[in-house]
Order: sequence, then structure tokens, then C-alpha cells
Amino acid sequence: MKLLQRKNRVRALAVGALAVTGALTLSACGSDDTSGGGGAASAAKTGNIKCEGKGKLLASGSSAQKNAMDAWVQAYSGACKDTSINYQPTGSGAGITTFLQGQTAFAGSDSALKPEEVEKSKKVCQGGQAINLPMVGGPIAVGYNVPGVDSLVLDAPTLAKIFDSEITKWNDEAIKKLNPDAKLPDLKIQAFHRSDDSGTTDNFTKYLKGAAPDAWKHEPAKTWEGKGGQAASGSAGVSSQVKQTSGAISYFELSYATASKINTVKLNTGAKDPVEATVDNASKAIAEAKQVGKGSDLALKLNYTTKAEGAYPITLVTYEIACDKGNKAETLPATKSFLTYIAGKDGQNALKELGYAPLPAEIADKVRSAVASLA
Amino acid sequence: MNSAPSISSAPPPPPAQPAASPVSGKAVRPGDRIFLGLSRGSGIALLVIMAAIAAFLTVRSVIAISGDHANFLTYFEWNTSGPEPEFGIAVLAFGTVVSSVIAMVIAVPVAVGIALFISHYAPRRLASPLGYVIDLLAAVPSIIYGLWGALFLVPHLTGLFSWLDDYFGWTGIFSYADEAPRALFTVGILLAIMILPIVTSVSREVFLQAPKMHEEAALALGATRWEVIRMSVLPFGRSGIISASMLGLGRALGETMAVATVLSPSFLINLSLLNPGGGTFAQNIASKFSEADEFGQDALIASGLVLFVITLLVNGAARMIIARRKEYSGANA
Repeated sequence: MKLLQRKNRVRALAVGALAVTGALTLSACGSDDTSGGGGAASAAKTGNIKCEGKGKLLASGSSAQKNAMDAWVQAYSGACKDTSINYQPTGSGAGITTFLQGQTAFAGSDSALKPEEVEKSKKVCQGGQAINLPMVGGPIAVGYNVPGVDSLVLDAPTLAKIFDSEITKWNDEAIKKLNPDAKLPDLKIQAFHRSDDSGTTDNFTKYLKGAAPDAWKHEPAKTWEGKGGQAASGSAGVSSQVKQTSGAISYFELSYATASKINTVKLNTGAKDPVEATVDNASKAIAEAKQVGKGSDLALKLNYTTKAEGAYPITLVTYEIACDKGNKAETLPATKSFLTYIAGKDGQNALKELGYAPLPAEIADKVRSAVASLA
Repeated sequence: MNSAPSISSAPPPPPAQPAASPVSGKAVRPGDRIFLGLSRGSGIALLVIMAAIAAFLTVRSVIAISGDHANFLTYFEWNTSGPEPEFGIAVLAFGTVVSSVIAMVIAVPVAVGIALFISHYAPRRLASPLGYVIDLLAAVPSIIYGLWGALFLVPHLTGLFSWLDDYFGWTGIFSYADEAPRALFTVGILLAIMILPIVTSVSREVFLQAPKMHEEAALALGATRWEVIRMSVLPFGRSGIISASMLGLGRALGETMAVATVLSPSFLINLSLLNPGGGTFAQNIASKFSEADEFGQDALIASGLVLFVITLLVNGAARMIIARRKEYSGANA
């Protein structure tokens, strides 16, 4: 009996010790993740911020603009000590839902509001309705991992066929034709798409449908509708699969390709030279976009068939969504002052270093006057 | 888990009656009354909370299912955002059940083996550290398993999958098309590792409780150690092993992050376990929830309710098996 008790005591001690060690090890792992991103944020300048309003500003939505938001919020709250801004990157869908419930001052979204959502917004925006303010653009890079191929040119129909499992080998005639000089191996194409619903998927399939309607038969959606292929979760998931799988190809924001040193596809848009996925080329494509919203609603429709020199059309525009009239009185001054800053020159200039595309001048001007008219 | 009393323990001496205890049972002291109130209150609160959860799930599920333009139970797609939403759980139910079954087939024999080794074979100096290491597996958060699975396990499974394809590919179940191995079988392997600790530690406790007199009697009759285990330990522990497996199965059915990170989900049922395809309830909810609109969330909640029902059925079946086996177990010998 005594022996048993002693054994139990030793065991309890050992378990405790292990638990503590384990917890320490694990928490050490956890803290690693959050350390990134701080450096770039300091790039945002703090000059020219007009502080208005006080208190807490709640916002949530698109995770695609998270890094931009982080940098903006840091710069803004550095200048305006009385305002604290809390942006939760919960995803566009959740962001719109909480905004329509009246819990947040504005929402971030990867795609413009649907008509029924605008209808719903009239409840929250008394006397007005929700409007889309384009704020951040970004190229969606098509990354690939083909041994021995450093430069690859594709066009929209070929991309559509690759992602719809119609072209299954890297040495397919259609790819060879676009890349006469490349040594394309006899390797199976493994096309990865997002397993979670995502604005990136929405924008990428909008491009495929817009630029190659004959090859891409599916409707653009946040859920992947293409045939076959493989899926992984999040931009980080698909990019790491491309990194580790020979013959893989997938789409994700440019920053993931840069971070993991993944080769990206140059697009043959019909322009003189194939267009590379870069921040500047994305801005050029946004400049080609058409405004489809009415009045101060600045919902954009990108021109996916653009042949403009250096315009990279697989581009994502994220919006901030706010009420044109009927914003809550207590958060309106702070909302306006924050949106004015991020749409302004300083806010937009900060984007480039983070891998996002600033708005072209003409659209930025419209956004600024729309923000100024918020009531 | 296992409440079977051990026959070797002598009946404990009756506790001495406190001298101050009142003879009549009617005089209730305030402490007793407070405790009665507290325990009754928590009991009622529990029931109310359960009822509230059930009502919430049911109401939102009814909204979703009545707006579904396809058969909720048999449809193979998940499309909730269109003007005519069509979604069904057939693929999810298949993926959930199949991946959990694979996990059980791999994990239970291994776990029972480890538990037997710890309780009956290993020298004491080795047994307890080994037990701790296994228990420690349970302390690793599931997202860590997911990351490990995606970054290490998946790239290293190609060889195993090709081997399975070479020798068992003719079954159709193990045919492999040289894609990145992010299939239900991969999920099964990962889940097996994740449920190993709970199955092992519960089985180990049960084996340690096997009646010493049975074992000694068997040894006295000249049985080898394996025969002792086969004739006295395993029959005694059978219901315990089943309970342990059910706890593990519960975890496997509901595992979310690890599956979402490792699986390549798609809404089609692939006969081959080694090729990408399928999905699980929990993974699907995690993947789609953040971008879902309100109706989409209702639909996901409805699928969660189905998972709840499946879990209930499995647990009910396990209880029936245990109840039936109890009379044959060593506990009543």
C-alpha cells in the first residue's frame, strides 16, 4: 500500500513536470506566429491624419486586407490617441453579417454587396443604404511548381482548362504553344484550389469566366465549382502545397508567392508582352475597371479582357462597406476620419510595401469624395 | 468509465456512525438543504441549457432544410448562396464515417497493444514513462497535428500509398492516382494518432483492474503470460476497451482543424480511399462558416445537427454492446 502511494506521488510529480514543460514548449510555438508583420506596419506615415471623434471603432470582415488594416490602424491610433480601432479579420461573409446587424461601424469585403444585402442594409442605415468603397487592390498570382521551368506564360483559356482538369499534363500542346522555349516535362498537373469559401476564389473564377467564357463553364462563386483538382485550406495552405508538390499550380495573393519564393505565371492577355503579377500591374488593371454602383456607391467591375500594356487582370479589389446616410452618430466622426486617412495619399502609399496595389488616382479621388459625403 | 467492482477487494469496514447524528431523519440541517438546492439547481440548469441548445439547432436547421431545393440527406453538392440553394450531406456523412472507421481500425489494436505492454509486460521503470509519453499526445492541440500532418505526414505518405496501390490496387479501395496524398486515408492515419492516447489510457486503467486472483489462478494452472492475458485480462477488459474506443471515436467524428488542414475536400464520393475526395461535417463547417451568409450558416448548423445525431446513435449502440457484455465479463465471475 505504501509503495503504491509513493508511486502515485512520483507519478503525479512527473505528470505535473511534463505538463509544465509541454505548456512552455507549446506556448513558445504559439508566440512565433504573431511576431511577423510588425516591421512593415511602421512604414505607414503618421502625418496628415485629421483626428475626429473619440472612443472605440469596431469593424470586421475580409481577411485579405488584414495586413493593410493592421498597418493603417497602427498608424492611425498612433496619431489619434482618443480613438481605438478594432478590425477583426473574420472573413467577408461574417463581416457583412455583423455590419447588417448594426454591430460594426464598417465592414471589409472581397466582393461588392449583393442587391438583397443592400436592401437589408436600409434597416441599419436609417434614411440611407450601404455603399461599397474600393480601398485595397491586390494581384492574385498563379503560382506553379514545375521542375526546370522558371518562366511560364499562360492565357485565360489555358488556365481555365488546367483548373477544370481538361489539360492534365505539363507538356500539353496548348501549354507548349505558349512556351516554345521552355523544357516542359511529362508531368501530371496537380491543380490546387481553396477548400474554404473565399473571396480569392470568387475573384479568380470571375476572371476565368470573364476572360474565357467558352473554356470556363461554371458560375463564379466563393465556393470552388471546377471539376477535379485538389483542395487545401487558406492561401497559406494552397501555397505550401504548391511549394511541396511537384507539378502543382494554384492561385493566391502575391505576397504568399513572394514569401515562399514560388514562381508565378505570366499572363498572355493579348498585350505586346506577357504580363507579370506585380503590384503596379494590378493598379493598371484597376484603372481599366468600370464603376457599376450608382451615386456614391463605387462598386467596380474589372475589365477582365483588357489588352492594356502591363495590366494584370487577375486582380482582387476589397471594399470598405459603410452607410451613405444614417451612420451611427457616435461613431460617424471617427469612421469618416479613419476612412479619409486610408483613402488619402499616405494611406494608399503605405499599401505598396505590404504587397497590395494602391488605387489608381481617378478612382481614389472618387473614393475620397464619397467618404467626405458620408453622413 | 468502468464501474465493475473488483472481486479481490474485501468489503470495507462499515464507517463509524457519527455520535451526533440525529436519530430521526426528519431534522434536516441547513447545510444539507443548501447542498440539496445547489445540486438540484445545477441539474435543472443543465437540462435547460441542453433544451435551449437543441431548440436553437432545430429551429435554424428547419429554416435551412425548408429552403433547400435538393434532398438534404442524399444530395452531393453544397451550394447555399445561389437564388435556389441546393445542398446535401451525403458526401459529408460518408467522409466522416469512413475516416473515423479507418482511424479506429488503426488505433484500437495499437492502443490495446500499448496498454497491455504497459500494464503486463514492460518493466516498471519503462512502463510509466511510456504511459506519460502516450498521455502527452493528448495535450498537443489539434491545429498542431494539422500542421504536422500537412507539412510532414502528407509529403511522406507517397511511398506508402504507391506500395498499397501496387499490392492492393486491384480492390479499387486502394488505387492511387499519384496525386498529393491528401485523402480520407491520410485523415484516418492522423485521427488514429490523435485518438491513441485516450484509448490507451482508459484501456490501461481497465487492464490494471483485472482481478489479481484470476491472473494468479491462471498462472498456477500453468498458463503462459499471453494465456493469462487472453483468458482473464482481455475478457475482463472487453467492455472497457469498447468504452475507450467510443471515447476515441467521439473525438474522431468531431475533429475539425486537423482534418481541415490535411484533407483535400470535394463534394464527390471517391471509392478509392487514397485519392482526394470527400469531406467531413466538422471540416465543412470550419471551411465554410466565415464566408457564409445567414442562410449558409443555417445550412451548416443543420449539418452539425446530423453529426450530433450520428454521434448519439454511435454512443447508444456502444452502450447497448457494453450492457450486453457486462454479464460475461470477468467482473461477475
